[in-house]
Amino acid sequence: MNPLRNHKSYLAAIGHRVSGIALALFLPFHFLLLGSALDGAQGLDRFLVYTDLTPVKVAEWGLVMMLSVHLFFGIRVLFLEFTRWPGHVNDLAGWVVPCCIAALFVGTVFVIQVL
Amino acid sequence: MNKIKRETQELTVRVWRGKEDGKLVTYQVMSRENQTILDIITEIQRFQEPGLAYRFACRVGVCGSCAMTVNGRPRWTCRTHVKKVSHEGVLTIEPLRNLPRIKDLVCDLAPFIDTWQRAGAPFSGTKTRNDAPALVDPESSTRRAAEAGLQCINCAVCYSACDVVSWNRNYIGPAGLNRAWTLINDIRHSDRKQTFDQAFGDGGCGSCHSHGNCTRHCPIELNPSESIAGLKRVAFKGLPKDV
Amino acid sequence: MERTLFLAQRISAIILGPLVLVHLGLILFAVRNGLSGAEILSRTQGSISWSVFYGLFVLSVTVHAPIGLRNILQEWSRISPLTINIVALLFALIFLLLGLRAVAAIV
Repeated sequence: MNPLRNHKSYLAAIGHRVSGIALALFLPFHFLLLGSALDGAQGLDRFLVYTDLTPVKVAEWGLVMMLSVHLFFGIRVLFLEFTRWPGHVNDLAGWVVPCCIAALFVGTVFVIQVL
Repeated sequence: MNKIKRETQELTVRVWRGKEDGKLVTYQVMSRENQTILDIITEIQRFQEPGLAYRFACRVGVCGSCAMTVNGRPRWTCRTHVKKVSHEGVLTIEPLRNLPRIKDLVCDLAPFIDTWQRAGAPFSGTKTRNDAPALVDPESSTRRAAEAGLQCINCAVCYSACDVVSWNRNYIGPAGLNRAWTLINDIRHSDRKQTFDQAFGDGGCGSCHSHGNCTRHCPIELNPSESIAGLKRVAFKGLPKDV
Repeated sequence: MERTLFLAQRISAIILGPLVLVHLGLILFAVRNGLSGAEILSRTQGSISWSVFYGLFVLSVTVHAPIGLRNILQEWSRISPLTINIVALLFALIFLLLGLRAVAAIV
């Protein structure tokens, strides 16, 4: 591992970036699916039947995780850039693990709800 | 036991030779007490490889010219003890990252120096020699903000450590932006707005992703990351007021 | 220009923060009995608040995501700056048109 990249802030930045790319690529398809509701509930159901398939459920879980990761790491970036308080640690590296745990929590609740 | 003893007696030093298309060449160097990386390079140059090119001047951490990449991290070689960085008696010494290589451990600093100009670095005063010197309150928030970044000596360690620079050569980088931040907080500077516009222009502070490598590697523990965050906050809040 | 894009991306991020939290909560609630078109539409159809909520969501995403993609392409690809700007604008157009169509479809 490149020592310049072997730290938590780098992990957070890459996690934020990769999840952002995944969301940006997924979103047009999400919108297309929802747009099928122009034909009423049947239009939606044509696609939603696939959500019972296990691989699709796994993919949904992945997207929920990506959204959570992007949200929590994004909140960290905003605090990192725009807030200062006494004792503010410069790179907020201590936030990285809690952000991951928060995202995992959301993912776990999703699994519990689906099962 | 035998192995450990041997390692303490002799170091395996891999040194970059040539330009971009060069290669690492291995040398064996005696291990000594209180040995710096610069001592190692000097020993190789004097006794094994007279053609080895490297830069240094003061040897005591004042000039910043001996910065190189040691085991993957940019450092001042004169202030880096071998014991602190060697992995099982092995050292890898390369020129600074993110800069064109000239020969062996010497790289061309011109692109780095250019970033200072692009960040709006030149100071321009408003007073003439006939005016009284400006009164700067050492306790004011602007002076304290400037003070925090003033000691930079342009060694390019942060520029070399920065991943955003490695991805986007158009990025001004930590040192230039740190300089812009000190100027924006200098109440004697005549055009703080112009400096800010340049620091937030093409390749400016908006490109920083707060990885924090600049702050982590600065040999004199400055905090360019904080300076850049300061510039970003100016985008929202306007230029810092003198309070 | 860079400063405007930076501000636009951070402001849209501040707006998206709470929206995404609510959206995640809704996802976790909605998937409990499987997804059905009737259930989704019964929640959203005729609701002014959901249409405002998701309308704002789509607009913020339209601002936020293409600027991020532009940054990533500048750093991780060798595509020319002009092409990158065109790609980012295309993404913005796709998000805006498909997004507003989706909101119109469900309310």
